[in-house]
Amino acid sequence: MFAYVIRRLFIGVILLLVMSLVTFVLFFASPVDPGRYACGKNCSPAQIKQTNKALGYSKPVVEQWTDFLKGVVAGRQYPDDAELRAAAPQLVTDCPAPCLGYSVVNSTTVNEEIKEAFPVSLSLALAALVMWVTGGVIFGTIAAVRKGSIVDRGIVAASLVFYAFPAFFIGIFLLKFVAIKWQLVPPPAYTPIAEGGPGLWLQGLLLPGLTLALLYMAGYVRMTRAFVLESMTEDYIRTARAKGLKNRRVLIKHSMRAALTPLVTLIGLDFAGLMGGAIITETVFNYNGLGKLAVEANLTYDLPTIIGLVLLLGSFVIVANIIVDVLYAVIDPRVRVG
Amino acid sequence: MSSFLSVRDLKVHFPTVDGVVKATDGLSFDLAKGKTLGIVGESGSGKSVSSSAILGLHRNTTAQVSGEILLDGVDLLKVSDEEMRRRRGKDVAMIFQDPLSAMHPYYTVGNQIGEAYRVHHDVSRKVAKARAVEMLDRVGIPQPDRRVDDYPHQFSGGMRQRAMIAMGLINNPGLLIADEPTTALDVTVQAQILDLLQDLQREFESGVIIITHDLGVVAEMADDVLVMYAGRAVEYGTTKEILTHPEMPYTWGLLSSVPDVSGDTNAALVPIPGNPPSLLSPPSGCPFHPRCQHKDKVEGDLCSTVLPELVPGTRTEGHLKRCHITNPDVVFEREVLPEIAPDLVEER
Repeated sequence: MFAYVIRRLFIGVILLLVMSLVTFVLFFASPVDPGRYACGKNCSPAQIKQTNKALGYSKPVVEQWTDFLKGVVAGRQYPDDAELRAAAPQLVTDCPAPCLGYSVVNSTTVNEEIKEAFPVSLSLALAALVMWVTGGVIFGTIAAVRKGSIVDRGIVAASLVFYAFPAFFIGIFLLKFVAIKWQLVPPPAYTPIAEGGPGLWLQGLLLPGLTLALLYMAGYVRMTRAFVLESMTEDYIRTARAKGLKNRRVLIKHSMRAALTPLVTLIGLDFAGLMGGAIITETVFNYNGLGKLAVEANLTYDLPTIIGLVLLLGSFVIVANIIVDVLYAVIDPRVRVG
Repeated sequence: MSSFLSVRDLKVHFPTVDGVVKATDGLSFDLAKGKTLGIVGESGSGKSVSSSAILGLHRNTTAQVSGEILLDGVDLLKVSDEEMRRRRGKDVAMIFQDPLSAMHPYYTVGNQIGEAYRVHHDVSRKVAKARAVEMLDRVGIPQPDRRVDDYPHQFSGGMRQRAMIAMGLINNPGLLIADEPTTALDVTVQAQILDLLQDLQREFESGVIIITHDLGVVAEMADDVLVMYAGRAVEYGTTKEILTHPEMPYTWGLLSSVPDVSGDTNAALVPIPGNPPSLLSPPSGCPFHPRCQHKDKVEGDLCSTVLPELVPGTRTEGHLKRCHITNPDVVFEREVLPEIAPDLVEER
């Protein structure tokens, strides 16, 4: 198992290298001059040249890429050009390893940007995950047990309705009505645990988490329902009933154990995707998470931030995949390899 | 006759959108303690459905079950769901055809066997596990104290079936239903499993119902045989009587499709032509008549219009058959026996 994880991690690193190269190439293949963008509207050609030099855009793409990789491994300093650094030592920014780059737009290193946004996205994704998995499994199981009844149809229909509404509708509804107009909960604002303690932290996550959870829950309700129903027809369920087990025990110990295994894979991938994918929800509730950061970076042509985020979010998916596979072996004894 | 298990006029019907599927239609039989009943028939003849009804596994489904299932004088169709649940696995246990799919892949063999014990006995996990080890040892699993922690997929087919038997017998049930216990196993293992079942039956004094389509299994195991076709009993009697003097063309067909290694090995097997009938719209009259090769021996169109009653045959009172042929003993001796076992004809 250990060797397997190492091998998977190795493949993951190669994948990330390829991703970063592709992002670099795509960026420079576009007709926009990044130096001009970074410098601003009223720059003279000389200023643009200076900017390019400071950011390293004047170098060939492949050299920029290797510089970037060096920065990730050993850290680097900005401005990129040694002459410029020597000319104005007071303006030099140090970017320790793993350095993902320097964002001119926000005048800070990408690492700092991510350090700000990451806890927001992580909190949001965690809150949503807990809500949608709990809700999805409970409602999906109830629907399966009461298959064909009003309860079943109601649950499936309701989950579909929530799924059909776009995130900005549910988000704005929760914000404008539940929080502001009816004042059922305080208006959500992200408070780190360090500042406001777990209570305020959770309170802030309630509505945005719910917005995301409602969106994801529909799929989980339907899948849980289908998996539980499928497992109920298995021979081992008949065996369990023939032993004289109570229905509840047959359902929880025998049926759900088998039904929930495939969900683990989906949970891992959805969670990783949500880390950078909750763009609309983060925008509606004005949460400065990774999704919002990515959108802003794209709008301002902020290459270092874009590359940093691509790699970070890519590594989330890769790591989540490895964790899911390891978990799978823990859950299903047949997968365990000798 | 006060028998241990007495089934009377058992009907299991499944209403579907296309009509009612009469999986079992008016089945009656008896079983004494320590005896074995073999239920024989093709796939879909209602064997498994009938035995599931004895365990009450059709409760809370759409199936309609009627009749009487008296176990030690108690009608299992009338007891409450909770009472039935308490009897399942304790008074009546069942072992299934394919032990790989019948055991939960995510739990150890010991966990699953111990669970069967813990449902009916208020004991700790440790005690249940010790009991599981004891049972695994009893059914001939080597190193049971180590194998108890294995998962089903780590067992061989024969060992899994032994483990299933251990699970079935752990509560010492009065009645054990074995649903095709050897079908998924290879031949040498089949014989071992059947021997084991017989040993355990003697030891535990259980009544056993063995469901099979293999007349070889019946010949070895069963005291009585019930031949089923399209949800009904078509022949019922002692094993010796049914196997040596069958009086129903379907039983003849079953006999002639059994390979005989002691006889002429070049002899072609004679399968029963056609397929089992649809239980949704069974043929009129005798359900076997479209496949019957002997219906010309019955006058007129009796076979296709009137369902024959299950009545005593020509030889003994206890031998029941459902056929219009008036002289089945003669037909069997003259036409069927020479075809399936010519060497036996001379002996007689």
